[in-house]
Amino acid sequence: MYAQMIKTASAGVKSREEMTDQEREFQDKIDNDIKIEPRDWMPDDYRRTLIRQIGQHAHSEVVGQLPEGNWITRAPTLERKAILLAKVQDEAGHGLYLYSAAETLGESRDELVRLLHEGRMKYSSIFNYPTLNWADIGAVGWLVDGAAIVNQVALQRTSYGPYSRAMIRICKEESFHARQGYHAIMKMAFGTPEQTRQAQSAVDRLWFPAIMMFGPTDADSTNSDQSMAWKIKVKSNDELRQQFVDQTVPQIEYLGLDLPDPNIKWNEERGHYDFSDPDWSEFFNVIKGNGPCNVDRMKDRVAAWDDGEWVRDGLLAHAQKKAAAKVAAE
Amino acid sequence: MKNEWPLWEIFIRGQHGMSHRHVGSLHAPDAEMAIKNARDVYTRRNEGVSIWVVEAKHISATAPGDKGPLFEPSESKIYRHPTFFDIPEEVGSM
Amino acid sequence: MSVDKQQLLQFLLRQGDNTLVLGHRVSEWCGHSPILEEDIALANTALDLIGQTQMWLGYAAEVQGEGKTADDLAFLRDAWDFRNVLLVEMPNGDFGQTLLRQFLFDAFQSVLMGRLMKSSDEQVAAIAAKASKEIAYHVERSADTVVGLGDGTEESHDRMQAALEYLWPYAGEMFESDDTDAAMAAAGVAPDPAGLREEYDALIGKVLGEATLTIPDSRYNHKGGRNGAMHTEHLGHLLTSMQWLQRAYPGCEW
Repeated sequence: MYAQMIKTASAGVKSREEMTDQEREFQDKIDNDIKIEPRDWMPDDYRRTLIRQIGQHAHSEVVGQLPEGNWITRAPTLERKAILLAKVQDEAGHGLYLYSAAETLGESRDELVRLLHEGRMKYSSIFNYPTLNWADIGAVGWLVDGAAIVNQVALQRTSYGPYSRAMIRICKEESFHARQGYHAIMKMAFGTPEQTRQAQSAVDRLWFPAIMMFGPTDADSTNSDQSMAWKIKVKSNDELRQQFVDQTVPQIEYLGLDLPDPNIKWNEERGHYDFSDPDWSEFFNVIKGNGPCNVDRMKDRVAAWDDGEWVRDGLLAHAQKKAAAKVAAE
Repeated sequence: MKNEWPLWEIFIRGQHGMSHRHVGSLHAPDAEMAIKNARDVYTRRNEGVSIWVVEAKHISATAPGDKGPLFEPSESKIYRHPTFFDIPEEVGSM
Repeated sequence: MSVDKQQLLQFLLRQGDNTLVLGHRVSEWCGHSPILEEDIALANTALDLIGQTQMWLGYAAEVQGEGKTADDLAFLRDAWDFRNVLLVEMPNGDFGQTLLRQFLFDAFQSVLMGRLMKSSDEQVAAIAAKASKEIAYHVERSADTVVGLGDGTEESHDRMQAALEYLWPYAGEMFESDDTDAAMAAAGVAPDPAGLREEYDALIGKVLGEATLTIPDSRYNHKGGRNGAMHTEHLGHLLTSMQWLQRAYPGCEW
């Protein structure tokens, strides 16, 4: 998802007997759905894992501005331009809410940004794919945000209060994203033959990257148990992926487009769609930095931050001068 | 980092007649810019009619460990709640 | 007094093209600003400008009476038909240059909108009434930022001074007036821009002074945008991106 393959900072799930009194009390709260708040006692590993997860989630929102931002200046109508700009602006807002949640754990936003820029933190694999035609913008809103929503709706119940509240606010704003995306791709799918071709191309290219967003299969997902016990993660990767596929296949069919995977078939017995596994070697390559856009995405983010340093410093220096003058006048 | 803008807690009155409610936080060089940033970040969907900002470091809070002594003693004072008292129906609404 | 439709159309295109081109420029920042809070704020400014464009060009299309829409005017005219001042098509440069350009324009708009709200043309007055609230916020925010950066660090001051020197020769065009302006003034639709200069100079003088910036002595200004006689080379590139889809796939619904 927006937070993929978060390494849990723990040696494994402890049994109740192995826990200290404090740890047991903490686990009881989580089991009883009592939220953990910033000043409450929490195991160091819980704090570290959360910082990593929320930080990666925040980074994903901010890097996620880039592929869609790529089309703001080329949006085909004034209304589409406004919608896309408002949508990408929301992503910046979501990044901001999430960094704020991480800050309640004692990690500053600037520090998290530094770790990202030094390559020591990651963001979701999906944003390392390019947006190549206008239909991609519809597909990103519909498929990528659609996949994110599946995960984020589940995460509204996460155990850490500030993270959960950020998720609730984000989900409320996010429902507009998927709808505007589907609306845009509908126009393309039902448009001229050239527009339909673009829509098909978008679905074909983005389908597998979208279902990779949920992370490796449960069998290969080594970090999940502790995170599930702590309710940092609420549903398994495969569960969420299946949920996404089930809700999305009929939406592709409605558009009259070809399914992007010949193995997508309704399985009566399971009550779910069957589908092919994505190419996991591609996924691990993208995570490692070898996706089509990894280098450019980081270059853009680092440039924005570095080029903006004089602005941040300048405005702060002015505020400090003003404050000093006020004190002197009193 | 030494040049990080201070962190501000943002409180917004959603509608006339309601209290200000904590909605989140953001960074700004000073209070005036914090208010403007809050307007741009937290009222994009028409969510506010008034904004308060407080620099995060100025907020004092109760310690989680004091929850017992602070809040539990009031649990037993149930006579403070109107439902404690049975009033005959004939008396009418009270 | 009745208004010449062609003159009114020119006037409306000037308004709409200014906000269209500047909104486009500001939107280029999305995802690349110095800090998230500024990124979000700039997007709000761009969204306001796009909204104002829809109103101005929507009315322009109506006055033109050829069954066109605001989108037709935005996406299907070539550079010589654009009527925006050169200032708004100047490249973003660094964040300081963008904000200084914004302030020079916001200050003009804030003076102009006050007058347009009293326009004899009801639709112009209504658009101005809606836009003026947005502009009041824009000018406050851009002025604060110009002051903050001008009176910030040595580096930020120098960059702002350089931006002012670069953009100053483009400020004067906003106060040029011609037949169209005379016709608008005579009909009570809009003031003659030349008459707004004094109020403008007072406003920007105060802010730039607080920002410890020095306004260049020269009053020479570039012109040609308002009547389409000569735009900068930058506009063509801007339109190349903006209009590409509509040009490459004509007649589609989006």
